[in-house]
Amino acid sequence: MSGAIVIGASSSWARALVKISPYTFSAIGIAISIGVSVLGAAWGIYITGSSLIGAAIKAPRITSKNLISVIFCEAVAIYGVIVAIILQTKLESVPSSQIYEPESLRAGYAIFASGIIVGFANLVCGLCVGIIGSSCALSDAQNSSLFVKILVIEIFGSALGLFGVIVGIIMSAQATWPSKV
Amino acid sequence: MYGFEAMTFNIHGGYLEAIVRGHRSGLLTAADYNNLCQCETLDDIKMHLSATEYGPYLQNEPSPLHTTTIVEKCTLKLVDEYKHMLCQATEPLSTFLQYITYGHMIDNVVLIVTGTLHERDVQELLEKCHPLGMFDSIATLAVAQNMRELYRLVLVDTPLAPYFSECITSEDLDDMNIEIMRNTLYKAYLEDFYQFCQKLGGATAEIMSDLLAFEADRRAVNITINSIGTELTREDRRKLYSSFGLLYPYGHEELAVCEDIDQVRGVMEKYPAYQHIFGKLSYGESQMLDKAFYEEEVKRLCLSFEQQFHYGVFFAYMRLREQEIRNLMWISECVAQNQKSRVHDSVVFIF
Repeated sequence: MSGAIVIGASSSWARALVKISPYTFSAIGIAISIGVSVLGAAWGIYITGSSLIGAAIKAPRITSKNLISVIFCEAVAIYGVIVAIILQTKLESVPSSQIYEPESLRAGYAIFASGIIVGFANLVCGLCVGIIGSSCALSDAQNSSLFVKILVIEIFGSALGLFGVIVGIIMSAQATWPSKV
Repeated sequence: MYGFEAMTFNIHGGYLEAIVRGHRSGLLTAADYNNLCQCETLDDIKMHLSATEYGPYLQNEPSPLHTTTIVEKCTLKLVDEYKHMLCQATEPLSTFLQYITYGHMIDNVVLIVTGTLHERDVQELLEKCHPLGMFDSIATLAVAQNMRELYRLVLVDTPLAPYFSECITSEDLDDMNIEIMRNTLYKAYLEDFYQFCQKLGGATAEIMSDLLAFEADRRAVNITINSIGTELTREDRRKLYSSFGLLYPYGHEELAVCEDIDQVRGVMEKYPAYQHIFGKLSYGESQMLDKAFYEEEVKRLCLSFEQQFHYGVFFAYMRLREQEIRNLMWISECVAQNQKSRVHDSVVFIF
């Protein structure tokens, strides 16, 4: 196989790694993209939600405005879903003779990397927005003029998830499987 | 890990922290205190307080009011809030909340023992006890004759049991011994609480260390000043100081040998944190020291609310409420006795 020429002198670990099917990597990447994004969103929502519920007992007026924090966290999960759907459309089947070609491997790794990028960027974004949302709810309960100012911080925080999505989608554009001969 | 509490604190503590911050927003402000200070009678005070969060607790009281009724109802509000938080809390927050009340338990124990010594009725003493420090077998305290009995009959079942190891003697209880017992118990309690907070780690440990260290130092100064001129020897005095805080150990060495207030001032002015407290007092004046300490305490307690995701806010809230109740008691007493010029002597504004 031509693959063997490429990796002729490398160690047995490298040889073992390239013998893992690129579809494995792709599938794991897609799973991470949706799974870890949802983990981040859920983490953020519970951090915000518990503070919001407690603060709303003394100051019921804050509930409707502070749901925006929860919506920002939810958006993070939606990014993960969108990227997972895009990634799974990039999967194509190649004939078994070409599974271990460098082109196939590259496509597999690209989908994997894209999944990791999106997953972990959304994880920390969800956490960030959640913690700020909690502080926002507590501050709003004490002084309602603070809400809009802290919301600006949250918007910057949620931009982090967007960066991850953008880079992930650019990365997934690299996922071109070898054309059938 | 310090700095990452934000990620996991809200699982168990988020709701209660939000509730305690809501309670904090109900503390009386300077404007409220100004209104109260201008009241002529206790009924005016009741009217002003019914516009604040104390309304539901005072509205059913018949006139004429007594100052003790006002204080009792306000304390009842604090107790209700505390019990609500305690029943919602999980470990380790529930243990932390219980630690906050052990100081009141110690005060109640000493109150009953002293009252029994002076032949007072047990029921009357029980009514004067602080509700946060009640425990089941408290009435049995009146039976004990010396400290060993006190421990064996009553206190071994309470959370105060571990604090007794240093003060079990067979001497009979008299006024001096009771004060020493109170201070020894409180010292053990503060050290235990400090160790507990250190074990919790993170922001709680840092903030509570500062608050408890201030408490320990303040008690050291008060013990020193109160024991000047009494029979308490230097060794005994040194045994009553806690083993943590800014003054430990060198400040304690110096405080133990002080014989008058100016020497105490000389010792304390070496510590920058306490220098400005003592700078406010002119030479030979100690009445304002209490108020200066309260002001400093309130300042530090308010600062603990600046940080989120730690347990110090619960401790700070309880202390601030107690300070508010002290303020209300002072204002009510001044109004009832027609001494309104002295109102500002002892009221510490919180905001």
